[in-house]
Amino acid sequence: MSNIETAETAPEPASKVELPAHLGGGGEIPTFEVTLRVRRYDPEFSQESKWEDFTMTMYGTDRVLDALHKVKWEQDGSLSFRRSCAHGVCGSDAMRINGRNRLACKTLLKDLDTSKPILVEPIKGLPVEKDLIVDMEPFFQSFREVMPFLVNRDHAPTKERLQSAEERARFDDTTKCILCAACTSSCPVFWTDGQYFGPAAIVNAHRFIFDSRDDAGDMRLEILNDKEGVWRCRTTFNCTEACPRGIQVTQAIAEVKQAILSRQI
Amino acid sequence: MQVHKYDVVIVGAGGAGMRAAIESGQRAHTAVLTKLYPTRSHTGAAQGGMCAALANVEEDNWEWHTFDTVKGGDYLVDQDAAEIMAKEAIDAVIDLEKMGLPFNRTPEGRIDQRRFGGHTRDHGKAPVRRACYAADRTGHMILQTLYQNCVKHNVEFYNEYYVLDLLTVDEEATREDGTVYLQKRIAGVVSYDLATGELHVFQAKSVILATGGAGKVFKTTSNAHTLTGDGMGIAFRKGIPLEDMEFFQFHPTGLAGLGILLSEAARGEGAILRNSEGERFMERYAPTIKDLAPRDIVARSMANEVREGRGCGPNKDYVLLDLTHLEPAHIDAKLPDITEFARTYLGVEPYTEPVPVFPTAHYAMGGVPTNITTEVLQDNDTIIPGLYAAGEVACVSVHGSNRLGTNSLLDINVFGKRAGVAAAEYAKGADFVDLPENPEADTVALLEHVRISDGGEKVAMIRKELQDTMDANMQVFRTATSIDKVLADIASFEERYSRITVQDKGKRFNLDLLEAVELGFLLELAKVMTVAALHRQESRGGHYREDFPDRDDEKFMKHSMAFKDVAVTTESSAENIAGIRLETKPVVVTRYQPMVRKY
Repeated sequence: MSNIETAETAPEPASKVELPAHLGGGGEIPTFEVTLRVRRYDPEFSQESKWEDFTMTMYGTDRVLDALHKVKWEQDGSLSFRRSCAHGVCGSDAMRINGRNRLACKTLLKDLDTSKPILVEPIKGLPVEKDLIVDMEPFFQSFREVMPFLVNRDHAPTKERLQSAEERARFDDTTKCILCAACTSSCPVFWTDGQYFGPAAIVNAHRFIFDSRDDAGDMRLEILNDKEGVWRCRTTFNCTEACPRGIQVTQAIAEVKQAILSRQI
Repeated sequence: MQVHKYDVVIVGAGGAGMRAAIESGQRAHTAVLTKLYPTRSHTGAAQGGMCAALANVEEDNWEWHTFDTVKGGDYLVDQDAAEIMAKEAIDAVIDLEKMGLPFNRTPEGRIDQRRFGGHTRDHGKAPVRRACYAADRTGHMILQTLYQNCVKHNVEFYNEYYVLDLLTVDEEATREDGTVYLQKRIAGVVSYDLATGELHVFQAKSVILATGGAGKVFKTTSNAHTLTGDGMGIAFRKGIPLEDMEFFQFHPTGLAGLGILLSEAARGEGAILRNSEGERFMERYAPTIKDLAPRDIVARSMANEVREGRGCGPNKDYVLLDLTHLEPAHIDAKLPDITEFARTYLGVEPYTEPVPVFPTAHYAMGGVPTNITTEVLQDNDTIIPGLYAAGEVACVSVHGSNRLGTNSLLDINVFGKRAGVAAAEYAKGADFVDLPENPEADTVALLEHVRISDGGEKVAMIRKELQDTMDANMQVFRTATSIDKVLADIASFEERYSRITVQDKGKRFNLDLLEAVELGFLLELAKVMTVAALHRQESRGGHYREDFPDRDDEKFMKHSMAFKDVAVTTESSAENIAGIRLETKPVVVTRYQPMVRKY
């Protein structure tokens, strides 16, 4: 088979090369003072939310998540936020940082203006439970409503179903979604209209609508043709800018709109 | 306190838990309890692939895969289990494809396959293309696909429910030879609802542990903050042994200083490791398969380069992963995520610059012992009816003393499925075991202690010191001296842990409290790992003793089994290992007699 031959005849990399002099170059990692201004809320003690400042010394490679941990671990253990993988793949720590939705673990402090306090708030449009933790259930409910799973009515073959590389590429972008809600909670329509499915649900519908193995595209398009479906999108591109995975969210929504109009997947 | 009743309760919603749920949910009344939302689980961070001898791109078969797994695990693998995994791998991949997983494809539209460390053609002759993959986000695709199918099958999740206790009862029973023993039986679990701070008891006929690993005992780790060994910890506290805990895998290529994983797939696609002299040093350590040697060997070789002064950077404390000879388009197609990690977190452009890397704590080969049906063992021969374990929390043992790359994604699918089927089938024919009186009592006591204690010690400080000493003394090179240092440190941490103060006194989302409980598990597991490492006076797979550099099959080709045992006191054993009793379990050998392990 052709691809094996290519690999086996490809030249072996040199076993020794001259490394560029700067490699590892760095020396000391710079440190700096940073203030986090965090939106605090705990209904167990008060119905009011308030801003609270925390100042600390951080390093050039630190992320906002590291600063939040430093607060929690050294200053105030009650500061509450979700996090898990800490490198941008689990989707736990989406929050509003200086007014933009981002993952705290993917936002380096040095890339922000540290001369001013860094504003950290919960994502918008979902009920706040405590500090930076929101109720994710409405978000996952919308996800579940678009039939986010493969439906194939053919008799299952004993081996894998065939799919060409081109067919696979058709929906590659939307398979990257980590359900962090950064897109949905950046959408002005979602903020004002609690019923709108939101970009993340549409992205996940797109992932199956354009999968050549799937047979339920029409049903999903019907669901998304609802008054609370894709037509609510006003193409503000907030979602695309917010996506930490670089998914072209607005384009995916546009493709779904187009598919509804033409009913050609 | 609320009491719920299910046929099957699954603890954990990563790959193993959700694969089990898909099976169990269709056969029996099933609940999944998870301390995270399912899609946050660390299966999603796995990158490179899942091996199965599909032979889609070149000749391959499951027997070669079995052999590689056994040899990769340095002959501590139970060979019956490895054979099952390699055989069932093929269906496991096809199952995932049918569930919708978007694998990369060959020009013919079949599932594409690539090379991975330790996976070879015909018993070690050359690397083989066995890893089925979806770019470098195979774990993400598996986690999403399994969650999607759980949604499809209406699996019931209790999200952010943290299981803190297994409810077991001991019954007198008689063995065939007439001896009387205490048979454990499972009655359910106790969980803590993070949102409200309320306790919920789940009575169940079957319980499946699928809680993942314990990488947070180390400082430099690819593991999530939440991987604190909870499932291993609660089992151990209930008198269930832990098997082979001295074997912890250090993945060769963590981003230097950060530990973030850069998949072995990079080397599978042609990347190579270099030292400060620009030398491809793996040619010296593994002349045949070089950079694609198993992880224990590569990690040790890297650490050795650094130790001998050939490390890179201002402190000469890492080596380089060189992808610069690969085409940027090829990198974008096959390795998009890991190259983005290098750019985001280190500011390095992998197209043009080699990436600084160093071994990072990655995977626990050991865990809760099970048989090939995933039934948990209370000793070498006795299962606990109704209790199952699968995935990283378990030790079947298919990984022996060193897991091959991709075999964890395989493990969770093969044994997750087996657990789901077995637990549901068992529940159909079994009665509920009566809950013990005050089933929540132990959990209440645990939480109250943590909540009320006010000695002023900080959880984060003790955890950091634990992680520091584990990195310094229990990483790829170990000696009796370094191990003793850890044991002495842990003894002082345990004392300080009894005097911690948790600042958050509330009930809602009290993650401060949660971290304190997690630290309790980390301390307990670090001690088990270290005690087992002290007693294994040989070098095998991921466990390398500089004072005993050779493998010693005569004395040590057996699994270690660690039991929590208060009868082991400072009088009957060394001071720092009180509370743990070590026994052994034979290795299952079928086809392959141990040989010298060379690559």
